Amino acid sequence: MRQRKRPVPTSPSLSARVLYRLHRFLEPNPVYRWVARRLERSQTLYTGFARAEESVKERSFGCQMCGQCALPATGYACPMSCPKQLRNGPCGGVSSSGACEVYPDQRCVWVTAVERAQSADRLDDVCQLQRPIDHRRWGESSWVNYWQGRDDALWTDHDGLTREATLHPRTITATSGR
Amino acid sequence: MMSGSALEEAVRSDRFVVTAEVGPPRGADPAALSAAVRTLRGWVDAVNITDNQSAVVRLSSMAGSVLALAQGVEPVMQISARDRNRIAIQSDLLSAAALGIPNVLLITGDHPKFGDHPEAKPVFDVDSVQMLWVARTMRDHQRLHSGRLLDSPPRLFLGGVENPCAPPADFRARRLGKKVAAGAQFVQTQFVFDVACFERWMADVRELGLHERIAVLAGVGPIGNPRALKHMRTKVPGLSIPDAVAERLSRVDESHFAEEGIRLCVETIQRLREIPGVAGVHLMAFGREHVIPEVIERAGIRPPRSANDGSDFRQRSGHVG
Repeated sequence: MRQRKRPVPTSPSLSARVLYRLHRFLEPNPVYRWVARRLERSQTLYTGFARAEESVKERSFGCQMCGQCALPATGYACPMSCPKQLRNGPCGGVSSSGACEVYPDQRCVWVTAVERAQSADRLDDVCQLQRPIDHRRWGESSWVNYWQGRDDALWTDHDGLTREATLHPRTITATSGR
Repeated sequence: MMSGSALEEAVRSDRFVVTAEVGPPRGADPAALSAAVRTLRGWVDAVNITDNQSAVVRLSSMAGSVLALAQGVEPVMQISARDRNRIAIQSDLLSAAALGIPNVLLITGDHPKFGDHPEAKPVFDVDSVQMLWVARTMRDHQRLHSGRLLDSPPRLFLGGVENPCAPPADFRARRLGKKVAAGAQFVQTQFVFDVACFERWMADVRELGLHERIAVLAGVGPIGNPRALKHMRTKVPGLSIPDAVAERLSRVDESHFAEEGIRLCVETIQRLREIPGVAGVHLMAFGREHVIPEVIERAGIRPPRSANDGSDFRQRSGHVG
């Protein structure tokens, strides 16, 4: 697990609406899938690409390179910049002014996330259930993982209140033998 | 599936439910914890045993829960995500059920920064919603997070926490909804000192229909002295005490402070009781457990004595699985 810097709540400068729109340019397509496969065949190309992704996302979102990006479901405020790296919402320690309990001079990243999601009319996104992450993927390019379809089960596509949200995304029996 | 939990039975009845909190000692002598738990026997439906609360090392919540069972009191074992990865969490859930601990409270936990070992590595492998989800999957689908089948599932009544008045206000009821969706059956809240704010949150909870799917136990407690008030106002993350409440307590003479604290707590319970969807209260007295029976009595809550005598629980604690 590669985790060189402490997570500190980070608020992106671009608005959620703009980022939801920009996201369309990242969506998987045959060309991206080909690029992803090509990158994964070369250690040098892959490392260079992951570094480039990191430099963009670290500055903009406080990216920690968890390799399984939740930004599209959190109003583009990174939950891995939360000191507890909570993926499903804020802890109970947020101060009445909205400050992080660990860094009182920073705004809680989940307060930011919910505000941003609301401003883009996407509050339902933050109500989807985020599954536990795979800690083997730290340091990987989440764009490559996204294009390769590995992020499909990171969170549910519903809030789990009208029908049960399954912890195991695909058929449970598929993993039963492990 | 029923967990064999008297707390679960109580929340399914119409009775106003009471839980209380006991913090384990910083040391290996169980006497103080056993005594505190004994004080509450017959007065409460279950006693929460905290898990290294405020990130300060204490005797474990699992050991504390077993000590509570031995005193004939049903425990709620708190399990925080701060000190355990998903392997340890699942192991502790199995162990709790095997030891006859019928209730668990799955919480994020205070950051180590606030405790006696600020240099410790924070774990936070999974969050509180994910912990509940894993626990429900183990119990109802007999599967570990890995997907592997369990020999026998842990029968547990699953709880979570919420801080109704902390930002983001518009999301706090929805966050409870996520916990319900993940498997929470009861929720204990942070201290309620601002009843109007709590009422607004409860209105959101009812609007989402969550009050019919989860037992809401509102957090209350008597503030015993000016030092405790100051500590709660400045040192407890996420706890906010309105100025009006602080002024009311500070106005009285110090010798009457404790009595005013109890009076305020009793009044708060009576107001909370009138709010539709509130199933009970969770009392936190930080080492002053002896005042809890008085608070319960003065609030006019009928204690669960008959349903809760010691022998019943000793039998229960022998029940495995």
